[in-house]
Amino acid sequence: MITRLFLHLLVLFALAPLLPGVIGKTKALFGGRKGAPFLQHYFNLWKLFGKGLVISRTTTWIFRTGPVVGLAVPVIASLFVPFGSLTAPLGFNGDMIFVIYLFALSRFCTATAALDTGSAFEGMGAAREVTFACLAEPALFFSLIVIARLTGSLSLTEMLGPGLLAGWHGAAASLILVLVCLFVVVLVENCRIPFDDPNTHLELTMIHEVMVLDHSGPDLALIFYGAAMKLLVLGAVVVRVAIPVNLGNQALDLGVFILGMIGLAVLIGVIESIMARLQLLRIPQFLIGTILLSFFSLIMLLR
Amino acid sequence: MSASDSVKLFNGGVAALDSMPVLPYDLFADRVLREFSTAARVAAYFGVLPEEPGEGVELFAIMARERHGNFVIYRTRVGETFQSLTPNCPQLHLFEREIAEQFGVVPSGHPWLKPVRFQRSLRPGHDAWGRDPALHPVVGDMAYFQVEGEGIHEVAVGPVHAGIIEPGHFRFQCYGEKVLHLEISLGYQHRGLENLLIGGPHPGTVMQMETIAGDTTIGHMTAYSKVIEGLGGGEAPPRAQAVRAVALELERLGNHVGDIGAISGDIGFLPTASFCGRLRGDYLNMTAAVCGSRFGRGLVRPGGVYFDIDAARADRLRAALDRARKNTIGALELFLDTPSVLARLEGTGKVSRADAEDLGLVGVAARACGIARDGRFFFPNGIYRDIFDDMIIDENGCVYARTRIRQREVDVSLALVSRILDNMPAGPVRNAPQPLRPEALCLSLVEGWRGEVVHAAITDPNGRFRRYKIVDPSFHNWSGLAMALRNTQISDFPLCNKSFNLSYCGFDL
Repeated sequence: MITRLFLHLLVLFALAPLLPGVIGKTKALFGGRKGAPFLQHYFNLWKLFGKGLVISRTTTWIFRTGPVVGLAVPVIASLFVPFGSLTAPLGFNGDMIFVIYLFALSRFCTATAALDTGSAFEGMGAAREVTFACLAEPALFFSLIVIARLTGSLSLTEMLGPGLLAGWHGAAASLILVLVCLFVVVLVENCRIPFDDPNTHLELTMIHEVMVLDHSGPDLALIFYGAAMKLLVLGAVVVRVAIPVNLGNQALDLGVFILGMIGLAVLIGVIESIMARLQLLRIPQFLIGTILLSFFSLIMLLR
Repeated sequence: MSASDSVKLFNGGVAALDSMPVLPYDLFADRVLREFSTAARVAAYFGVLPEEPGEGVELFAIMARERHGNFVIYRTRVGETFQSLTPNCPQLHLFEREIAEQFGVVPSGHPWLKPVRFQRSLRPGHDAWGRDPALHPVVGDMAYFQVEGEGIHEVAVGPVHAGIIEPGHFRFQCYGEKVLHLEISLGYQHRGLENLLIGGPHPGTVMQMETIAGDTTIGHMTAYSKVIEGLGGGEAPPRAQAVRAVALELERLGNHVGDIGAISGDIGFLPTASFCGRLRGDYLNMTAAVCGSRFGRGLVRPGGVYFDIDAARADRLRAALDRARKNTIGALELFLDTPSVLARLEGTGKVSRADAEDLGLVGVAARACGIARDGRFFFPNGIYRDIFDDMIIDENGCVYARTRIRQREVDVSLALVSRILDNMPAGPVRNAPQPLRPEALCLSLVEGWRGEVVHAAITDPNGRFRRYKIVDPSFHNWSGLAMALRNTQISDFPLCNKSFNLSYCGFDL
């Protein structure tokens, strides 16, 4: 149990910052550039942790809770999510709802921290983030309900366990739709193109980035680290649904999981390279379409 | 209309000051409005301090008439106040505000009388707003338009921005994500250029001209050179005109390609953003291959150019151009063939044709609204008289149209440069400078990459500048950007802004 916990956290802390590096490298290749090294995100975190903090006088303790919760939530959530065939260290019946609302808690704290600065930009960003999250949530729920129905469990460990492979034999059509919906949710939740542009410097178009404009130094590092972990945790669900194999050898399984995660990062990088951002007005329409898709996959399963 | 009311000039033409009658203001207003009703538009409208000290200010209105290919100039003189023409003719609004600010005369009835650049009045003791000269003007210090009501909020952007761009202040009145009104307040880069030029040309004047707007170095410098040549009674040799045209088109290429790259970056479409960033550098390097400066500093001078494009240099340019052409066309086609890009650009930041006409937009922004307005076509000079026949017009006036205009103009400019390089006239590249004609007005218009650059000089009895007026295309077009934002999403602002890509320092002077 303790080794499992330790291994889980090791994968989380060590692997998470690699994913933004892979995405960045993929985008650079598409742009005809060499790009920053794969380990750039680790260097950035190291740099930021060594820096001082600048805190606006208009803010209160609420402002400081945002980054802390932003890091704590993915760490706790990861303990309930299996990494490939490595089972999760913790789990109880219904923990899938717990995990979803853990992320909602983190969003709440980030949004209130943004509102705490009193800046017009950050208020706008918070409003957008919360709106889009509201629309992404039903899609996530419907998708997980499909899996729960297939595997007969409400705990993520079992939902993403061996039962899933059997589900692919019986209800592949539903699961393909679920996979698409989950992937869209990963893109929205992690502020990737076509929903948000993590590289933009334009305050007026930002969604997530504008909410953390006032954070600096170690606080910003916590946010970056938390964001990378969130990508890993949510990505782990997608990768597991896509590759529900158990090789029986722990090292091999871990290797499959890591390769799957890197593949996911490359896919995100490719999408970011070949697509432009959606107009802000179109994002809700797109997300409602995703909700319908996930609903449809449930209907196909229940028919 | 009697001929003696006004003076008509071709691009680069000169007229003696005493050939221009000083009309009473009422007659002047009547004539100017009548010109507007016959499809003329304002190219420049400015005040001049009278030669003999006395009351009031002289006003010169220079109107461009595409239909006739010439300019008509009216002259009047006003006291402390005059009846504003803006209510009947919105495109004068900024010009009248500028006159009010520079000379402390009040255009009464002006619906939007606010400072333009927050500069001091040229007539000490006269301030259009009656402010305390010890405390004012302070940049950005004015009453901003405000919308009130439930759910209305105000977003202020700048003058310090997140990117490396020039300073400007933008106030959005928003209802949720929707922009009800955008007010743009500039002046942070005001250097007092026009005041520095009084009594000129000085030895440093050429450097100042090249830095009016650094990205339009060739455009402004060519306009200035033509004013000096016109007042000196000559023209630059044909070979120099050809070199200028090559430099002007290279400037257009570099900026258009850079702009499309920036638009691409704004919507997160990376391949074109990266490629255009590099290609812009290639075009700047071609300019550098001609004169040693990537922005063309030190190339154009009154009387001609400092650097010739000899056969060897022309070959190198042609080779560089061939390399860049293929990549440019590919990068731009990829951009405008991608469905998600089209979905993002089409219909965003629309300016109606009527608004564009009313506001007197120029350049790319005007052509994107379906208005035929290109100085190279209607007011050609130099080598453009013989080679330019390819004016690009689009419709809809949205970001897509402005991008598409740029893409097609890149094609045209690439062909133009090749054609000029293949047909370089022989001869010298520089004439000796001549003394300037005293008591005269000279006017020149150059179609820079952003739009028309208008320079007008009025000389005193000693042949020095009594007044030198510079109108950058940005001066016309900033109001167009404000109109484009009405009823759009606030998140579309950066994209609209990039699609206009106006100059702050060219406006602020």
